[in-house]
Amino acid sequence: YAWDANEEYLFRAMVAFAMRRYSSKSTTQITNVLLCNVTDRVSFWFVVTDSSKNVTTVPGSEVEAAIRMNRNRINNAFLLSDKTLQFLKITSTLSPPVEPSTPVWIIVFGVVLCLIVAGIVFLIVSGIQKHKKKNKESTERENLEEKVEVTLENGIPCEALDLKAGHINGVFAADDERFTSL
Amino acid sequence: LSATPETPKEDGRPKWDNKFQYILSCIGFAVGLGNVWRFPYLCQIHGGGAFLIPYFIALLFEGIPLLHLELALGQCLRKGSIGAWNTISPYLGGVGVGSWMVSVLVSLYYNTVLTWVMWYFINSFQEPLPWSVCPLNENRTGFNEECYESTAVNYFWYRKTLNITPDIAESGTFQWWLILCLAACWAIVYLCTIRGIETTGKAIYVTAIFPYLVLTIFLIQGLTLPGATEGLIYLFTPNLNTLKNPRVWLDAATQIFFSLSLAFGGLIAFASYNPTKNDCEKDAVTVAIVNSMTSLYASIPVFSVLGFKATTAYWDCLDRNIVNIINEFDLPEESIMRQNYTSWIRFLNSSYPEKIAGLKLKSCDLQEFLDQSVSGTGLAFIVFTQAIILMPGSQAWAILFFIMLFSLGLSSMFGNIEGVFTPLLELQIIPKSAPKELLSGIICLISFLIALCFTLRSGSYWIDIFDRYAGSVPLLVIAFFEVIGIVYIYKIKRFSEDVEWMTGRKLSLFWQITWRFISPLLLLIVFTAFVTLQMQKPPSYTAWNPKYEGFPMKEEKVYPPWVQAICVLLAALPCVCVPLVALFHLVKQKHRSKNPSFVPPEVFSCQGDNS
Repeated sequence: YAWDANEEYLFRAMVAFAMRRYSSKSTTQITNVLLCNVTDRVSFWFVVTDSSKNVTTVPGSEVEAAIRMNRNRINNAFLLSDKTLQFLKITSTLSPPVEPSTPVWIIVFGVVLCLIVAGIVFLIVSGIQKHKKKNKESTERENLEEKVEVTLENGIPCEALDLKAGHINGVFAADDERFTSL
Repeated sequence: LSATPETPKEDGRPKWDNKFQYILSCIGFAVGLGNVWRFPYLCQIHGGGAFLIPYFIALLFEGIPLLHLELALGQCLRKGSIGAWNTISPYLGGVGVGSWMVSVLVSLYYNTVLTWVMWYFINSFQEPLPWSVCPLNENRTGFNEECYESTAVNYFWYRKTLNITPDIAESGTFQWWLILCLAACWAIVYLCTIRGIETTGKAIYVTAIFPYLVLTIFLIQGLTLPGATEGLIYLFTPNLNTLKNPRVWLDAATQIFFSLSLAFGGLIAFASYNPTKNDCEKDAVTVAIVNSMTSLYASIPVFSVLGFKATTAYWDCLDRNIVNIINEFDLPEESIMRQNYTSWIRFLNSSYPEKIAGLKLKSCDLQEFLDQSVSGTGLAFIVFTQAIILMPGSQAWAILFFIMLFSLGLSSMFGNIEGVFTPLLELQIIPKSAPKELLSGIICLISFLIALCFTLRSGSYWIDIFDRYAGSVPLLVIAFFEVIGIVYIYKIKRFSEDVEWMTGRKLSLFWQITWRFISPLLLLIVFTAFVTLQMQKPPSYTAWNPKYEGFPMKEEKVYPPWVQAICVLLAALPCVCVPLVALFHLVKQKHRSKNPSFVPPEVFSCQGDNS
């Protein structure tokens, strides 16, 4: 928006409002706020006069304090911020960043760690189960091999048969018909 | 009966589910953090596109031959590094022990880098990002002084993450948040390597492919950012004059060597799980080319983002000057824009030189901002994080970026851990009846406990030491002995017959020449040049010292003597294994030859068993 006389009027009104709120007396009028040296840059000096005390100016420190107290309202009236509406010699107090009670990163870390631990436990448990199954299978295989050795004792040469390699099918090994009957 | 899940070959050795898993594991091992944060930096400082010439020459004569050698060796002997070299010749067993030791040392510090990545990752879920704002000081009148003098990003990295001490001799205390992240990282590594390649083979599908997706996303995003084209032009403009500097050739050779993760023993371990009749020649060429292409592909988004960052910094500089000038001369708002800034400056300088001088304007030069090149952790944690703040939707970009870095590092960790795990498994440190999960658990636990040293306040300085000394010189030495050992002790004729049997075609002349002469020669030159350059000045480091006069510049300091001794120890220990083991066997041989019942070991051949 362009800076014109209406905006100046609003500015004077805001300063008067700030003075009223700060000193809690309702005597400050818009006419008490005077602007001077307005430049195209939109920068100017302003003073606040006190009509009750023979048209003297209110001390700068009071004005500064009043503006500091109501800085937020003044900024918002002009849709500006501390950076875009600068009062020289009035530093803004910085608001601390909002910090939640538990830092966010701990929550995320907790989630990640839970997932990892769940994965490890799952893999270890499945590994133990596979191990047990393998042990059971190897004992089964041992039992079947014993049976096969029993059939060996019938005198049938089995060196040609490669029993150790490959998979032994329990159905066949237990079945005597594997070997031709004499 | 159902087949056991490992489907072992006749010799009971686990194998890859399919060829793709194997190739992907090798690629994942080779493609690591260095492809993202070291190659673009080298490209930039060594004349842009011109750097590609020494890079590809080194790839052709050093990278691919050595890679082929390692893969062929592992595939033929079907053993991890220690077992393989013991089989070639007991005198060469030291080469295997040396590479095992390097894998151990590198695993320790590499996972700590991943810890930092994880820390940044879990901090990326906040609004605003914690490295974008400075915290306030005690009475809330201004910002924290250390943060104000440097930048918020620097502060978050050096203070909030590392809590770094100004000197390496001051160790400080353990940083509990880093210990937590370190534990999580080692838990992830354990989760993925728990049963050796059975589990890493599944995990690699994600960790090797995901970074490419993210790089593509960053590529698209990066190219749309303002200033990206400046960054890319700056990166790729070739400056052929730099090729006259031998330093460029040295950097290219070392970059190829370390980028392919040679001499770690991890590649030998990966190849040992292959069936013997596998075309290792094609595999080697594939892996090497994919690795280099990834480096190139990664440098595009990196440099788009860096160009964007430089442009934004340049605009900020201009804007600050413009505000100062407008305030001083009371000119109307928006009278001076970035475009007509130079003409305004010239006009004002001629009319009111004293006023302009009084303003103390900073000279804004885009080239200067582009020249600020960083590599390594500085690129990822300082420069890139700063660029991410400037992008819209910073949280998403930060999360993506750090997951990508984590996957890149994790897939390299698989190779490192495999280089440690496979030889130990073969040496039968734990009884055969004990499950593999126990061995991987022990490895991860011991590594975690030792790596706790890096979570001290001076940890980052120690990681630099490990990176510079344990992960560089020993590898060159080991690779040199690898080539010499195969070519002159195992004899190249035998090896070519083995490779012919495996690949099914005759070994081409290229391999013969490179293996016999070019690669060992190149390695020797690179090693000598590297060591000479290191010796030229006393080893020093840059420390972050808030009390330094030149702060926020880092302070240049020399390592104290005890630290220098540790550096030498780290570099020498793996190398010294080679002669030590040879000596040990010589003594044992002399002892044995006095024994009349001594039988010389049978000559090993690839084709002998497993047909």
